[in-house]
Amino acid sequence: MGPVAFSETFERIWTMAISREEVRHVARLARLELSEDELARFGGQLDAILEAVGKVGELDLSGVEPTAHPLDLVNVWSDDEPRGSLSVAEVLANAPDSEDTFFRVPPA
Amino acid sequence: MSWQPVIGLEIHIHLKTRTKMFCRCELAYGLDANTRTCPICLGHPGTLPVPNARAIEWTIKLGLALGCEIADRAIFHRKNYFYPDLPKGYQISQYDEPLCRHGRLLVPGPEVDAEVGIVRAHLEEDAAKNVHVGGAAGRIHGAGRTLVDFNRGGTPLVEIVTRPDLHSADEARRFLQLLRQTVVELGISDAEMEKGSLRFDVNVSVRPAGSDELRTRTELKNMNSFAFAARGIQREVDRQIGIYEAGGEVEQETLHFDPDHELAPPLRSKEEAQDYRYFPEPDLVPLAPPRQLVERLRKEIPEPPGARIRRFESQYGLRFYDAEVLNGSVALAELYERVVSAGVDAKAASNVLMNEFARTGVEPGAVDAVELAKVIEARARIPRDRFNEALAGSGDPGFDAERYLGDGLVVETSELEPLVERVLAANEKEVAAYRAGKRGLLGFFVGQVMRETGGNADARVVNELLRTKLDA
Repeated sequence: MGPVAFSETFERIWTMAISREEVRHVARLARLELSEDELARFGGQLDAILEAVGKVGELDLSGVEPTAHPLDLVNVWSDDEPRGSLSVAEVLANAPDSEDTFFRVPPA
Repeated sequence: MSWQPVIGLEIHIHLKTRTKMFCRCELAYGLDANTRTCPICLGHPGTLPVPNARAIEWTIKLGLALGCEIADRAIFHRKNYFYPDLPKGYQISQYDEPLCRHGRLLVPGPEVDAEVGIVRAHLEEDAAKNVHVGGAAGRIHGAGRTLVDFNRGGTPLVEIVTRPDLHSADEARRFLQLLRQTVVELGISDAEMEKGSLRFDVNVSVRPAGSDELRTRTELKNMNSFAFAARGIQREVDRQIGIYEAGGEVEQETLHFDPDHELAPPLRSKEEAQDYRYFPEPDLVPLAPPRQLVERLRKEIPEPPGARIRRFESQYGLRFYDAEVLNGSVALAELYERVVSAGVDAKAASNVLMNEFARTGVEPGAVDAVELAKVIEARARIPRDRFNEALAGSGDPGFDAERYLGDGLVVETSELEPLVERVLAANEKEVAAYRAGKRGLLGFFVGQVMRETGGNADARVVNELLRTKLDA
């Protein structure tokens, strides 16, 4: 199924904030394989999100510090004292594949 | 045309805290794979990172030692990419608000000092360790696979980025040595390349001498020692100059150092441009290092090794190379200073410590400087092997120089005389030669007498005695 069948929908979506190539790029970075259909659908959803976030741009924010965290807290840390680790059996319990005590994955 | 190399470094060092950066799994090297892991460092959903307070303190301490400004506010960012050694799909790192920036490190040299700008020093977590096995033949049975050990995953890692202020391979090597020494002396890292607790990449470009342009640079990776790095840099500098002189252009690329120490482009040369999509880590609140903490840490910073080398040159009148060798470790430098303050001539102390003492392999930190000073002072009047023996024992608990010096040595002429007679009688030919003018044979006779006494004679007395007999 090619993009031609959806040309009208595409025309509408791709004139908005996020391009189809950008959606494709973001999907590839996230290791997601998306069909043309999904590209269109998620592109539209992303657009809606961007539009909502874009509202912030309508405000005059000069002199406002960027928010790194919604909580008004700093310096949350803990002492450098070891606590126990998991047993190897627990560690590997959910691993699809292992070898000795290693996780085993396809060649990187 | 003459060319100037322009070199910048990016260094990663493991902090030797007891636990990891964002969980309290114990840090351990060389254990069975995955025996120091937990849901946090394995990146399980629903877990939350908690920073290691000591790692933050130590990063600030290193920043101070590198003359950095310590940020009033720093935040962690997520650096997103997929690789099996990164279970969360992102590394927690720092981006535009690091803990330390705008520092400098003085690197003394034989002719000129280099002042190397430090762009930033930030804190992050190390990735896990991948072990690649098999697959070379490409057969089904020998199919390649990657084994992952998360023990290292989450180790606190400091990244230090320099300005491109280094202008020779040698200068780069000296910078790395001084930086390594700095972190070791701060007690925050072992910084051992073999263990991977110190790693670095090098950016290299060249420009016409006198210009301040920055030309296309190449990146050298996988350097496994400072010496190889210096060699690799030199080779890359020469290669780039060759290209420019032939009218060509240097291409931006990453070169990997292979085990035969050749530089080669990576197999996958068309690497996809990195897109890490940094954003503030929502699971961590900002850091605001308290000023009292920063000031307390500032007071704990020892004299930087570079400054110490400079001071040794001026205070003790040493040559640069000697000052550099004596500052190879803080223990050796301290021993040197204590030996000199115990009254030994600065030059003599430097010679003995860098040569005879260094050869003994004695740990400088274990030596009683006052006792060692006595041995060095006596070096001209005790037998050579006796002297070396004393140096070799100087690190032993309760070492007593007296045992090797005057006391216990045979100094009585009456005791030595029969020995001298015996040696002369046994070496008639040499005696004749000496009397015929071969004065250099005196040393031979002294040696023979010393051997008779097992090295326990006072060399000065033996000398006098021999001369009296021979010249009679």
